[in-house]
Amino acid sequence: MTEAMTHNIENRDEFNVEINGTVGKPLIDDPKFTTRNVDVHYGDKQAIFGVDLDVGKNEVLAMIGPSGCGKSTYLRCLNRMNDTIPICKVTGDFKLDGEDIYAKNQDPVLLRSRVGIVFQKPNPFPKSIYDNVAYGARLHGLTSNRAELDDLVEKSLIRAGLFKEVKDDLHKPGTGLSGGQQQRLCIARTIAVDPEVILMDEPTSALDPIATALIEELMIELSGKYTIAIVTHSMQQAARVSSRTAYFHMGKLVEVNDTDSVFTNPEHQLTENYITGRFG
Amino acid sequence: MQTHIIIITLLALLAFSYFTGRKRSIATASLSKGRYNLHSRPQYYGMMVVLWAGLPALLILFLWTAFDSTVVSALTVSQLPEDVQALSEGKLSLFMNEVKNIVDSGNVSDDTNKQIAAEHYKRLSEISLLAKTVVVFVIAVLIILVALRSIKPTLQARNHVERVMTWLMIACASIAILTTVGIVFSVIFEAIQFFKAVPVTEFLFGTHWSPQTAIRADQVGGSGSFGAIPLFVGTLLISLIALTIAVPLGLMSAIYLSEYASARFRAFAKPMLEILAGIPTVVYGFFAALTVAPFIRSFGESIGLEPSSESALAAGIVMGVMIIPFVSSLSDDVISAVPQAMRDGSYGMGATKSETITQVVIPAALPGIVGGVLLAASRAIGETMIVVMAAGLAANLTVNPLEAVTTVTVQIVTLLTGDQEFDSPKTLAAFALGLGLFMVTLILNIISLHVVRKYREQYD
Repeated sequence: MTEAMTHNIENRDEFNVEINGTVGKPLIDDPKFTTRNVDVHYGDKQAIFGVDLDVGKNEVLAMIGPSGCGKSTYLRCLNRMNDTIPICKVTGDFKLDGEDIYAKNQDPVLLRSRVGIVFQKPNPFPKSIYDNVAYGARLHGLTSNRAELDDLVEKSLIRAGLFKEVKDDLHKPGTGLSGGQQQRLCIARTIAVDPEVILMDEPTSALDPIATALIEELMIELSGKYTIAIVTHSMQQAARVSSRTAYFHMGKLVEVNDTDSVFTNPEHQLTENYITGRFG
Repeated sequence: MQTHIIIITLLALLAFSYFTGRKRSIATASLSKGRYNLHSRPQYYGMMVVLWAGLPALLILFLWTAFDSTVVSALTVSQLPEDVQALSEGKLSLFMNEVKNIVDSGNVSDDTNKQIAAEHYKRLSEISLLAKTVVVFVIAVLIILVALRSIKPTLQARNHVERVMTWLMIACASIAILTTVGIVFSVIFEAIQFFKAVPVTEFLFGTHWSPQTAIRADQVGGSGSFGAIPLFVGTLLISLIALTIAVPLGLMSAIYLSEYASARFRAFAKPMLEILAGIPTVVYGFFAALTVAPFIRSFGESIGLEPSSESALAAGIVMGVMIIPFVSSLSDDVISAVPQAMRDGSYGMGATKSETITQVVIPAALPGIVGGVLLAASRAIGETMIVVMAAGLAANLTVNPLEAVTTVTVQIVTLLTGDQEFDSPKTLAAFALGLGLFMVTLILNIISLHVVRKYREQYD
């Protein structure tokens, strides 16, 4: 959102709604992730203000909100991807299965093998399809021989819904696939490591509607086995795939609720403004 | 008019015609909805006039100047008395040289024939210069007038200009290629001369290099043996030592600079590294001969070896330091150019920084790194000064880095700097060596191109 737009919105009374804490149900019983008092700064600029949010086991949590609202930043805190950005400073309590993931003795490398991430733009490595999927398994020594690795690669590709299309081309470069296929390859690569949580940062925003539909089906399927947190700009997508939806605005968590109630009966004025398309 | 005055006047004329063409295009156009109804922007009309008139005029001027003295000489010779014309070719050209000297210096010769010829030559030259001036300017002015008359709003001036520009660019590219071809052929012809005196098999497979030959038939001297194997082995040995030093050091520093170092340190360290490439090779030579070679000698002696005071190792080490920046700077650039998304993808799967670098970043950057290493290798193979100063001139066939060796380029230099007839095998051997070196680097380039292309096909 450009500065002019922000300015414009702030000047209009209907959007000038004070955000006092989060409405809805940000905290749940038996969570996978618990996060409390999350603040994120990029240099001098604060990007996230005091977010409290839980992610449930085997649920799909969608995060929506206008550009620059902090939803991607929050997502990247969950597997400490923000550590790779030098000016980014994250504070707050993050617990995965009750374990503090920002503790001093916690290794972000191990954490990321438990919490995988799929990015907005498909980023297959400049290697063959096979090597792309086998990459994580080889790093972590998940298989002990070639047959097991073959098996793992095949299974991951099947689960990502890509195997039929590429089974004869496993040793061709992953970068030669179409955008949608590349994104499914990245998902296959992520689930080959067998993570507990998969984070998705606008995974379909670079794809056409058919590829998007395939990936959405895949997310619903995967939610049986994995906990999924997805950032999306498409409210239809959030409505289709998620069980809970969190609405972020200007770095604050405004509302969290069951997806149905967020889209049919939003509690907060800002959420309503956003989902009815009055801005964003 | 002198040639340079012709050029300056012509350029002034062309500049004037540019502005006239530009103005005329605007004058012929009419405004519709605030825009001129011209096919191209006004400056293209000016440019078109300049190119149409300038290129032929300059071409004629160039060709006329290039062949001027040949034609004038031939005309002068045809006017000479029959007995002078009957002289042999060499004597005739000597005669004409003297005639030209008389014209240039303005002296009077006591030889009537020469004096008459000189006056004749001078008159012809003056006529030629006048004719040249007139022809060039008449052509330029005529074309300018025709071009200016042809300017109208529908004239596709931009297309004409762009077509001429394309041909100019093709001409520039051809000059580079033709120069290469010319160099190769000049080397090949001289090498063929050499192979008439020395069999190809001896040159390629001989293991003894001693190019001393008698200068005159009555002189006592070495019979000369031209086995190039020791030279190529020496070149290879020193280049290998240099690359063994430069590739790990260069690659590691590139990885450090692009992946680990802070931006401030990088901004300081990278230019410092690049300074290494700017040090004159002679200075490296001092360093190798005065510091490194004695050090290797005393160190070798202290552990019971007998290194010679000029050694392949000393030259190779210093050469390796010299070519570090070629590896590090180019590798640093390509490593930095690997997209962050690639690294994020790897980190996101639980890879460590070092795993990400070795398994994702370096393979993605490999074509560029190979390019840097090749550039370094070609510098090492072609390097002369350090070897002369630190590795000696003795053509020993050895792979022991502690002995003195010599390289192809060093021998080329020593062969061509002596007092030798230019058609003796000793001198001609330099061209055969040059040809051999050219072949080696060509093969290296082809192999590496092939490797890089194969890699790209697979992964791009």
